[in-house]
Amino acid sequence: MPFVGLCDCNNFFVSCERVFRPDLEHRPVMVLSNNDGCIVARSNEVKALGIKMGTPFYQARDLVRRHNIAVFSSNYQLYGDMSQRVMNILRKAVPGIEVYSIDEAFLNLDEMPLESLQPFALNLSARIRREVGIPVSIGISPTKTLAKIASKLCKQYPALKGGCLMYRTQDVEKVLGRFPVSDVWGIGRRSNAKLQAMGITHALGLYNMPREQVNYLFNLPGLRTWKELHGEPCIGFEDVQSDRQTVCISRSFAKEMTTLEELDAAISTFTSKVAEKLRAHGQCAQQLSVFILTNRFREDAPQNYQIKTTLFDVATDDTLEMSERAALSLRQIFKSGYAYKKAGVMVTRLMPKRGVQSSMLDNIDRTRRASLMEAIDAINKTEGNYTVRLASQGEMDQFSARTMTSRRFTTRWDEIIDVKV
Amino acid sequence: MVHAGFPSPAEDFMDVALDLNKELVRNPSSTFFARVKGDSMIDDGVNDGDMLIIDKAAEPVDGCLAVCFVDGEFTLKRYLNKGDYAILMPANKAYKPIRVDADNQFAIWGVVKYLVKKV
Repeated sequence: MPFVGLCDCNNFFVSCERVFRPDLEHRPVMVLSNNDGCIVARSNEVKALGIKMGTPFYQARDLVRRHNIAVFSSNYQLYGDMSQRVMNILRKAVPGIEVYSIDEAFLNLDEMPLESLQPFALNLSARIRREVGIPVSIGISPTKTLAKIASKLCKQYPALKGGCLMYRTQDVEKVLGRFPVSDVWGIGRRSNAKLQAMGITHALGLYNMPREQVNYLFNLPGLRTWKELHGEPCIGFEDVQSDRQTVCISRSFAKEMTTLEELDAAISTFTSKVAEKLRAHGQCAQQLSVFILTNRFREDAPQNYQIKTTLFDVATDDTLEMSERAALSLRQIFKSGYAYKKAGVMVTRLMPKRGVQSSMLDNIDRTRRASLMEAIDAINKTEGNYTVRLASQGEMDQFSARTMTSRRFTTRWDEIIDVKV
Repeated sequence: MVHAGFPSPAEDFMDVALDLNKELVRNPSSTFFARVKGDSMIDDGVNDGDMLIIDKAAEPVDGCLAVCFVDGEFTLKRYLNKGDYAILMPANKAYKPIRVDADNQFAIWGVVKYLVKKV
């Protein structure tokens, strides 16, 4: 039986902060989203206080004070580097990995004998903890869906020491009997609502459903999940890796914006970032959307939500072209008299750069532009983000609060650890 | 037309240029950099402003230069393992050795592999 592993970093952002602040090891810690809008990572102590993922920060302020919770703004440079360290260890440990998110990767364990899997998981888990300082949970099962469940089991039971092999039918059934069906990988909000309405709250209920009924109620994706729960692999190693179909950058602002100039700078920055991401992945976009919205939590202020979507004749990854278009779109949706809390830029209809159809009417020298973009990316990569930027982006600090950000210990020389000697 | 020119006589002997990063950072996943603040280790040649290359995964052997975490702060000292307790030895007569035992919040965070100083 071939096996697949899932390595998931425990409370990843919190764990990254703790590596450099060992004093926070058993204290409640939370990390906030960009501009400190809501809570995006919680230590176990914070989870135990009943604070939910995604809670707006201001709603938790009382608890923060009362329980002396350590609060951090998100430090993505640090998390990105720590993530790469973990992924590099995984890459060396197994024949193939599939990075699923910043803190998760599937492990291809096809060639490993069954008896070595449990010690392998324990060793790897201990090694990552020792070398990088990040605690991880490694679940190993015949399918990806079960591996995810096995890794969650590690988090519930510290006695497993970060490694859990789950494959015997009786074990799987016992675990599924206690596992909320809503937490099963692939069960979305709608499927869950259907299941709950049928009185099915745990994964075992879905598992015990006749195959035909699953097929009838949830179609192919549901059947796939059902089969995976039964140990029949349906989600291969490339399936999830398919090209991304959308890139979106959006932020909540520390201070609400009321003028076009302020929003211009924000939209210009987001567009540059989107274009940079496209280039990094060798993709071009045919469609670009700009959106702005007011603070929906402020019942006293007038509300406005606007989005403008436009098409390019030739799919593009060019910062200048995209920024020009984004600025135009913004002018069409911006209305004075509103306080905008959030804005974003999204591109869709993505395609590989190689496959882009050229147009006779195209008036941009794409070869020259491409080398300009390459130069900008190279400089920003070595000298730090936004070293080269559009004049319209303005000064960079105006729309970030970043008051509780830890240092970029691993990516900036002037921010490395201080050791009192 | 092909511009050929003379082939370099060194071509068959090309070596990869020395890379300090490869030499000093044996395990990139577990290597961290830190800056020295203070003078408690000057007799060991560790000065204020020097850079430390720390391996978080290295086994702390007796007498090694260790980045320790003691009661809420990072510090750099010689680590002497005494079984039930440990002594953190400074290298400056103006400082006293620190004794740590189960009552302290104590952990060895990493072992210093190299010291980089500007001359």
